[in-house]
Amino acid sequence: MTAGKLHLSGLLRWLARRWEVPTFGLLALAPWALADAFGGIGGPLTSVLILCIAALGLNVVVGLAGLLHLGIAAFMGIGGLLLAILTVPTNPLEIGFLPALVISILITAAVGSLLAAATLRLRSDSLAVVTLGFGEVVRALLGNLEQITGGMQGLSSVPPPGAGLTLAGIDLGRAFVVDPRWFYFLALACLVAVVLFLRGLERSAVGRGWIAFREDPVAAATVGISTTQVRLSAFAIAAAITGLAGCLSAANLGTTGDPHSYGFGRSVAVLCAVILGGLGSLPGILLGVGILFGLDIVVIPAADAWLQQLQPAASAAGPLTVGSWRLALVGLALIAMMRFRPEGLLPSRRLVTELRESHR
Amino acid sequence: MTLASFLHQCLIGLTSGGILGLIAVGYTLVYGTVGLIHFAHGDVVMLGGCLAVTLLALAGPLPLEPVAGSLLVMLVALCCGLFCGGLNVLIDRVIYRPLRQAPPLTLLVSAVGVSFILMNVGLLWIGPTDQAFPEAVMTGDRLAAGVWLPTGDLLVLAIVLPAFVGLSVLLRRTGFGRSLRSVAAVARASSRTSGPERFITATFFLGGFLGGLASVAAGIHATTVNYQLGYQTGLYALSAAVLGGIGSVPGAIVGGLLVGLVRAASVALVGPRWAVATVFFMLIVVLAFRPQGLFGRPVAAGRAA
Repeated sequence: MTAGKLHLSGLLRWLARRWEVPTFGLLALAPWALADAFGGIGGPLTSVLILCIAALGLNVVVGLAGLLHLGIAAFMGIGGLLLAILTVPTNPLEIGFLPALVISILITAAVGSLLAAATLRLRSDSLAVVTLGFGEVVRALLGNLEQITGGMQGLSSVPPPGAGLTLAGIDLGRAFVVDPRWFYFLALACLVAVVLFLRGLERSAVGRGWIAFREDPVAAATVGISTTQVRLSAFAIAAAITGLAGCLSAANLGTTGDPHSYGFGRSVAVLCAVILGGLGSLPGILLGVGILFGLDIVVIPAADAWLQQLQPAASAAGPLTVGSWRLALVGLALIAMMRFRPEGLLPSRRLVTELRESHR
Repeated sequence: MTLASFLHQCLIGLTSGGILGLIAVGYTLVYGTVGLIHFAHGDVVMLGGCLAVTLLALAGPLPLEPVAGSLLVMLVALCCGLFCGGLNVLIDRVIYRPLRQAPPLTLLVSAVGVSFILMNVGLLWIGPTDQAFPEAVMTGDRLAAGVWLPTGDLLVLAIVLPAFVGLSVLLRRTGFGRSLRSVAAVARASSRTSGPERFITATFFLGGFLGGLASVAAGIHATTVNYQLGYQTGLYALSAAVLGGIGSVPGAIVGGLLVGLVRAASVALVGPRWAVATVFFMLIVVLAFRPQGLFGRPVAAGRAA
């Protein structure tokens, strides 16, 4: 018995430290495990991976630097739009996926630091409202500047990554269109790259500066950490990572889509996922996104289909469907988490101490 | 643009701004005493609008003669005020009170959760589409000083103006109001200390009550109610509160009027679809130069984050 327990706790401790290997291993095997179903669920699964990247971007501002940001989805919109402008065949530029990706990410990061520069002197609460307003401004611009953004339909016919390229006899552009697994692995590779990047960043001087700023801005300033630099760098890197997510999303769907998908609703959903999983904790955030968006994309439609079978007469939008209680379910989950486990499902160790102490 | 249509736009701006100001006072009062952006306030107001629709539907054949109709509207507004005030107190007792000492982010996320639940209640109450707000008073537009005053706008003013006067008398002339203001001042000066519980309860009730009055006025003004009203009107009101300097009651009212006027102006000059962008762009620009808002006090360096 004791030996078994020891083994189990040892395994858990190993998982807490080395969660990347099993997590990404399982994710990489998913297309084979679900081979038959993958044509159907490959799209949604790829979208969840892309949202994980966006959530990791948000975590830089909220989790590491401790600044509340309520307009993160706007950067997805900006990134996706830039990629679309640079690559769609109807525009004269057509510079190909990789250069467009790099340029889009750089410009999105610049926009992020511009927003930070405009809000340098704001307190956290006002900052939250202003970032929210920024998100709404971007959404309105995306919807209203039809000549550039395609308006409410978005810019469509964004070519797949690798269009026109041939690798070892495979036409990459065609491969991405025919087999959704190609894009799944591209998104997974980007996610792994972002996780490794953030791992390194957290230990660098910049990352430690963010954490020091989060813990106590005054103390951080007295030891020479520049508040201005913290805010500019956190916003810029968050915008860059989220912009990457936006680019991937636009290339995956082939369109920048309805501007409403870059509005306040999406921003808050990503924030909820981050907090549900554990602010500042990389595995927690992946779990949070998986639960929240998995619920939305997979579980609720399945539950409603099941209910529909039980009582075929009920209408699709009535109060008897799970979908019409979705908001309340998410709301209750958030309230319960904040009350009983504010540090999230898989918390970062540092934040646990912080929250427990302030509760005392 | 003729003078008459200019004045008409001003009137639209002022009435909608007054409504936003009333809602913004709810945000600012709660922020002043608890230090929390009560994110669900807009949704509380939305539920007030749902109650008003239900009550007016029960009231029998509408519209009524001007006097009887106005009295009915006042009565419904009072009911909605009490309902929203009570709902606000309930939310505070059940959700926020156990989290008084928790970090601000924990509280804010709980508030977002409450907002989701209330939105779902509204969705189940009035359905996913716009509900027409019943017209309680017969329309007969009257001429005042060369401007057409639609009955609806007069009714809105009849709700909003007494509410502002009553609020200012309450806060400045009564012992309770003076205590409330000093509680808020102390809470502002010492970061993250919330006032005594009975003041917190009173604050939530007062904010909710004004929001309930505003919900009826908003219904008359927009002629519809929607379960996403908390997200739409609520966000305008929240930005009005931040624009005026969150925590300051006069700031919330002035902020509300300013947002209403700017929104009306942008609707008239560049089209309704630019209204959101114009209002929030103004907010970002003003706060970039005056971080504490128009009427807010400058913050000490220690609380700058």
